[in-house]
Amino acid sequence: MNNIITKNILRFIVLILLQVLVLNNIKFDGYLNPYFYILFILLLPLETPKWLLLISAFLLGLGVDIFMKSIGINIAASVLVAFIRPGLIKYLSSGKDIEPNMQAGIRDFGFRWFFSYSLVMIFVHNFVFYFLDIFSFSEFFITFYKVLLGTVFTLFLIIITQYLFINKKNK
Amino acid sequence: MRYFFAFLIKNHFFFLFLLLEILSFSFIIKHNRYQGSKIINATNQITGSVFTGANNVSDYFKLSAINRELSEEIAKLKTASFNKKNADNSMAPQPDTNYKFLCAKVVNNSTNRHSNYLMLDKGSNHGIEADMGVVSNKGIVGIVIGVSGNYCTVMSVIHKNAKISAKIKKNLQLVNLIWNESSYKKGTLTDIPTHIDLKKGDTIITSGFSFIFPEGIMIGTFENYKTEKGESLNSAVLNFSTDFNNLNYVYVIQNINKEEQIKLTKNSQHE
Repeated sequence: MNNIITKNILRFIVLILLQVLVLNNIKFDGYLNPYFYILFILLLPLETPKWLLLISAFLLGLGVDIFMKSIGINIAASVLVAFIRPGLIKYLSSGKDIEPNMQAGIRDFGFRWFFSYSLVMIFVHNFVFYFLDIFSFSEFFITFYKVLLGTVFTLFLIIITQYLFINKKNK
Repeated sequence: MRYFFAFLIKNHFFFLFLLLEILSFSFIIKHNRYQGSKIINATNQITGSVFTGANNVSDYFKLSAINRELSEEIAKLKTASFNKKNADNSMAPQPDTNYKFLCAKVVNNSTNRHSNYLMLDKGSNHGIEADMGVVSNKGIVGIVIGVSGNYCTVMSVIHKNAKISAKIKKNLQLVNLIWNESSYKKGTLTDIPTHIDLKKGDTIITSGFSFIFPEGIMIGTFENYKTEKGESLNSAVLNFSTDFNNLNYVYVIQNINKEEQIKLTKNSQHE
């Protein structure tokens, strides 16, 4: 149990630093930027208490926000993603048995499950982020286009890291 | 009352969610309205040192580009000082010398959002205050909005709330510069009188009427008109001369007579 907590705290710090120091410098086409730190919420243990889920999402958003000088935007997006997570997992896993020590990942749930799970989570996150950033619906389709591109890009990175971790564990 | 608490505890997930979202929205709204929110100023010192640490590494990869920029800048200054020597005897009015330039290094910079900020490695210990202008060797960059001991936060010109007083160099007509493009390379000029005929490549400079930027700082060049029907004033797209995606060293401009100027403006408005 202790091991899991340390691992998640470590992942929390590493993902925030990776986001603000490396990934925020990636600017395809001037604005396309992966918001990869959301991986932390995706990979939290399934038995995480619901209140802890929200609080850790809040802290994660705050951590990224103070570096990006966008106080509130990342918090709002992360907390919403954390809020839909339990319901989404329940919906996607209906008919499947969730064993106590299963992890939300490709290894335990398979590619299709993880793909749809991350797709919904990342899409919601990007949607909230981009629309709060511009704070208006006036250029809806341009912003929506950014949301779609950002979602695909982030999803791509997250799926890749999943495979990297699977390989590591098999060895 | 007991039932109420039981209800709260039973639905704690939803209520906690609601509470946190309301909190984050209040942050967003406060931050939107009031430039340089308290949270950002309070955390400037921490984020600044993290960015500086990372910068120490990435700097090595930029050294040759920075060197080239510096030598170009030296060449330009040499030309200017040479020309000035020759012109010293003329009766032409001397340009104003109320402005002092402080060199600072960019430790963090964003260009891909609607509210873009920079962080510089100079702060109140070096004499930097809010509302000072920031320029690069190629042109305008932004305005200081938050200061801590050793760092300051700069609102970039490519920020949805930025508005800069500008003028057209060839006929000194006043216009305004805002940014609502999706690209960091392009800005929008508004309030252009309709009788003004601009051609591609015409230079736009700062007007010097805001007390923040001195007159004549390069902003960019005119690209094309984008006037909508029924508007009495034209608007246009301009290309920034500054490459916002590649800023290393910038200059913070200190206006020595700013307080006096503001006081005078206030006094004359009262009468």
